[in-house]
Amino acid sequence: MFHICLLMFSPQNYPLYIRSVPCQNELKFHYTVHTSLDVVEEKVSAVGKSLADQRELYLGLLYPTEDYKVYGYVTNSKVKFVIVVDSSNTSLRDNEIRSMFRKLHNSFTDVMCNSFYNPGDPIQSKAFNGIVCGMMVQTG
Amino acid sequence: MAGSQWELPPELCCRPMAFVALTGLDVVYNAVHRAIWDAFCANRRADRVPISFKVLPGDHEYPKCRTKRTSYEWYIPKGIVKTGWMNKHLNLVPALVVLFYELDWDDPQWKEKQSECATKVEIVRTSLQGRNTKVAVVLIQKKTPLPPGEDLVASERASALCSSCDLSGKSLFVLPHTDHLVGYIIRLENAFYEHAQTYYYTEIRRVKSHKEFLNKTTHQLLFVRHQFKMAFLSELKQDTQNALKYYRAAYSLVHELRAHETNMLEIKTMAGFINYKICRLCFQHNTPLDAIAQFRKHIDLCKKKIGCAELAFEHSAWMSKQFQSFGELFDEAIKLGLTAIQTQNPGFYYQQAACYSQDRKQMAQQLCQAGTTYPSPDPLDTQSGGLDFYGQRPWRQGHQSIDPTDPEKEKLGILALQIKERDVPHSELIIALLSNAVAQFKKYKCPRMKSHLMVQMGEEYYHAKDYTKALKLLDYVMCDYRTERWWPLLTAILTTALHCAYLMASVKDYVIYCMELLGRASTLKEEQKSRIEKNLFKVLMNDIPEAESECDQSSVGAARSLWTDRMALSGSNELTVEMQDYIPFIQCKARFQSPSFHVDQPIQLQVFLRADCPHPVSFSKLTVSLSNQEYNQWCVVESSGQDSMTLLPGKPRCYNFSFVAKTEDVGKKVEVSRCLYVCMMLGGDSGRCVFLSWRGAGGDAASTQEALQASRSSRRWGRGNEARQELDWDTLTLQHSTMIISRVPRICVRLSHQPPALTNEMFCISLTVQSQEDVVAKDVKLTAGLKPGQEAGLGQTTHVTLDGSSVCDDNAPALLTDVPLGDLTPGEKLEKCVYMKCVSTGPRIFLFHVAYSIDTAVEGRHIVCNCHKDETVTVETVVPFEVSVKFVSTKFEPLEQVAVDIPFLLMTDILSSSPWPLLLSSSSLQLLTVTSSTPQLQSQLQQVVLQTGESASECFCLRCPADTSSSNTVATGQYVVSWRRYCSNADSPLIQTTVTLPHVILESVPLYIYADLPSFGRVRDSLPVRYHIENRTAQVQEVEIAVDPSDAFMFSGLKQVRLRVLPSTEQQMLYNYYPLMAGYQTLPQLNISLPRCPTSSSPALRRFLPQRIFVKPQGRQPDDASIAAA
Repeated sequence: MFHICLLMFSPQNYPLYIRSVPCQNELKFHYTVHTSLDVVEEKVSAVGKSLADQRELYLGLLYPTEDYKVYGYVTNSKVKFVIVVDSSNTSLRDNEIRSMFRKLHNSFTDVMCNSFYNPGDPIQSKAFNGIVCGMMVQTG
Repeated sequence: MAGSQWELPPELCCRPMAFVALTGLDVVYNAVHRAIWDAFCANRRADRVPISFKVLPGDHEYPKCRTKRTSYEWYIPKGIVKTGWMNKHLNLVPALVVLFYELDWDDPQWKEKQSECATKVEIVRTSLQGRNTKVAVVLIQKKTPLPPGEDLVASERASALCSSCDLSGKSLFVLPHTDHLVGYIIRLENAFYEHAQTYYYTEIRRVKSHKEFLNKTTHQLLFVRHQFKMAFLSELKQDTQNALKYYRAAYSLVHELRAHETNMLEIKTMAGFINYKICRLCFQHNTPLDAIAQFRKHIDLCKKKIGCAELAFEHSAWMSKQFQSFGELFDEAIKLGLTAIQTQNPGFYYQQAACYSQDRKQMAQQLCQAGTTYPSPDPLDTQSGGLDFYGQRPWRQGHQSIDPTDPEKEKLGILALQIKERDVPHSELIIALLSNAVAQFKKYKCPRMKSHLMVQMGEEYYHAKDYTKALKLLDYVMCDYRTERWWPLLTAILTTALHCAYLMASVKDYVIYCMELLGRASTLKEEQKSRIEKNLFKVLMNDIPEAESECDQSSVGAARSLWTDRMALSGSNELTVEMQDYIPFIQCKARFQSPSFHVDQPIQLQVFLRADCPHPVSFSKLTVSLSNQEYNQWCVVESSGQDSMTLLPGKPRCYNFSFVAKTEDVGKKVEVSRCLYVCMMLGGDSGRCVFLSWRGAGGDAASTQEALQASRSSRRWGRGNEARQELDWDTLTLQHSTMIISRVPRICVRLSHQPPALTNEMFCISLTVQSQEDVVAKDVKLTAGLKPGQEAGLGQTTHVTLDGSSVCDDNAPALLTDVPLGDLTPGEKLEKCVYMKCVSTGPRIFLFHVAYSIDTAVEGRHIVCNCHKDETVTVETVVPFEVSVKFVSTKFEPLEQVAVDIPFLLMTDILSSSPWPLLLSSSSLQLLTVTSSTPQLQSQLQQVVLQTGESASECFCLRCPADTSSSNTVATGQYVVSWRRYCSNADSPLIQTTVTLPHVILESVPLYIYADLPSFGRVRDSLPVRYHIENRTAQVQEVEIAVDPSDAFMFSGLKQVRLRVLPSTEQQMLYNYYPLMAGYQTLPQLNISLPRCPTSSSPALRRFLPQRIFVKPQGRQPDDASIAAA
């Protein structure tokens, strides 16, 4: 069983949604993801400078650690998605990660479309949860 | 240092340089030798050749060379690389031995010295027996040598010396001891460097030649050894490209070795060494990506090679060291100009090194059980005190088979290593690595990574029982996590911090962390919160809290005694905690009901409190400090006796305060400076007292964001019904200040006036004040005048007075302040006129401020309120009339110049531009220079009323006296008009408007001629005309006069005459004209010429004379018949 962890952050960088499989050592994941925000911030600000209209939302592999690979994605409204996988997990290539992010973005858009959802609140949508779980089962 | 086992040997880390030994130099007693030695070794700059020099005595014993092996057939190597090998080639076996010898070519004892030199060379050769080390001789000479080829003796003796010493000509050098020592030395050392290069080249060839004797089965170790040696020798030769090639080959050979538990350490050690060299060379070649790739490969290959399971910590230690040394190499390269990036910087390697050190610590804790005694004799002791080969076990050196020779010995050895590991200060190592990493991440803009590492450092300090440092670090980073709103991480840090605070028995810290862990930001489970709250209550009751779980027993015991001591101490049982820096378990929000209160209303202040903890909290007192201390007494709630105030979990409570503002505070702000919530347990006097203090109107580190979120929330509307019963905490907003404003005035102020104001006029604004108060309004005061804050110049051009009877002067102020108007009884009306004099035109805003005081009662308290009412009015000022002035001649022709002593006319014209009718009371002329021709100047405009657009004119006859010809232009004086509004009171003052008359240009005429003639003529009636000719000069003037004939007149008199006029006298000429035609007729023209004064021509003189005259028709006789006939 590979570890996989998914986090979403508000534009102010506090977590909106956290899910990791399996649950143990969650704290370490949190720290890893939190530190990866440094790179996300840097990349986002670098993009802002270049004024590229066709912005690539997928940020790619943020940085390699000994144990995990951390991938990042940032929406136009600066909501950040981060996926962490085990370094030993070779089944997930760049393309798979990219499509996972796209799927997540779509379901996040659905969450945002809910008029009862208040932007900035933690996400508690069942539908979103279901999609994330499904994704993790597939890849895990 | 216990970690030194894993340190890389210094001979590996240094930059290898060719080793050259200098002999025959006496650097202690011989000044010349000393100078030579200094020139070699002092201040070596980077551009000098890389040689390490050493002075050795002439009879120095070099390491013995073992007899060369001719066959490797039966040879089984005992290890990969000997520990002494690198040092031997760096510092012991020279590439070149240089013999210094003092000998001049013309030395008298040449023969003896030559043979002594040969002996010395021989001694050196003997001690180097078997080595390929070169020998060179340097002759230190006192004389400067002649150019080569000129000194026959020298060349002859040189070749003799060479042959006696068995040296080649290239190995004999001459060092003249003269001025240019350093230059000679540099040339010498370049030559030495070449010799050294040759030496290392042959050495590499020699090692390479061994290869053919080796076989793959028994000599695997030798393959690695030889590659390593060739690489190292290449480095000595400064051939880094080849060195890198050999090291790479050695690296792959190392991994081809058969690895088993007994030689795993040796393989890893050598792999680490070679990897270090490769990375170092890659950085040196400025190919950092190669270095990183090599290092990654190295780690991937070695990660799983743990080796002996009982000594697993050794693997972690080794891994840690690999990362650390790579980090150091990387950092060093950066210092030399390499640029690193955020995702690839030395920090990551230090961090990983720290990570492996943490693993090492954990494994050491698992594997190294206490209670065993160190074996004797020491299995780690070797006879030589060190190891023969790198990475071998001391108790079985040179052993290369798979199974250990002696299982018992093996066990003891492992035990000894485990016991040694127990003494390693792991935390110290980890913290050092982490702080290295922190420094790097700081540099590469990774604040979160830095915080994370600081948390790790804090935790490590906690494990190392240095709680003060741990708390300091954790406290520092907590803020970051708080602002990032990352609650799970914050909770984890707080938990560690709470442990530290407990173990240190630091009451204040303990209380603070408890409060935050109970707060809404904490992600702890309910039962944990409940336990923490109970502990908190215990501390507040001055009791010892329960031990935190996960603390080891020995520390808990120590902590307990610390707590007991703390509790026994008296006087320290009051604590103040600033809440806005934390996210505490009690939230406080204060707000004034309204952003402003009238002074006659009570000020309403609400304080909301909410507890987030699982159990009810009781408190004894709540006070609010306001910016004005005097109100504080009204804002206190205290529990009386047993009935303590209690906050139920999750239920907000509201406390209302109301107080009456002081009248002095009108116009000021009242702010909540702090809310103090006193949390005192009912343990009586023995209890501890904690003051929770909120700066401002409450709120804490998280509340701003929550309020923002709540304001966006759509649930506000959905939950309307619920909110009515129970406040929605998140939507409560703070209102930390309120403005005290004056009581609403109940008087009526009316203004009446007739705009616009006229310049300089006493413009009257009448003010009516009527009281609508129920009681007497006392001390009514009026402030009237120009409203402050308008254009700067207006203050000087506006004057306000209450006295309308006379025109005020410039001393009158622009704003009349505090004019007392007495008291006003209810319903009383008061009128007042205020006069404004505006000197300049333009709009002005006038302010009428009526202030009074009144007694009133608020909530049973009598206060004197000051009320005021402001009225403003904008008044435009316009010019009342325009005055135009012109000078004309007596013939009403416009004058450009005025002739001296000849009458002329001044005409004034007053054009009214006032919308109101003006009464011109009078006008007058105040003349300068010129005088009036008429004896009394009388105003022609007395009591004239001018409507808008009408104009009034006057005419004055003036003359410029003769004695004023000093200047060309002269001032003529002023024209003064006194006037007032026609509709104003008869007793209102007249305004004098002064107009300065224009200057006139004077001219003097030499001759003045004027005519006396009747005002009209009659047809066929004699018309006598007398011409006066005045000479205004001091000379006799000759005048020629001729009269032109005219159709309209017949005349008698001199038709042409030449006469003389004496100075200042006049001549008269009488003509009798006889008009022939009626109507305006041109008089016969006089042609006058002055032969002596050609400038005054006839037309110039003629302007004084009348041109025409009206001739009436012949009068009828009073004949009624003829009229009747007509």
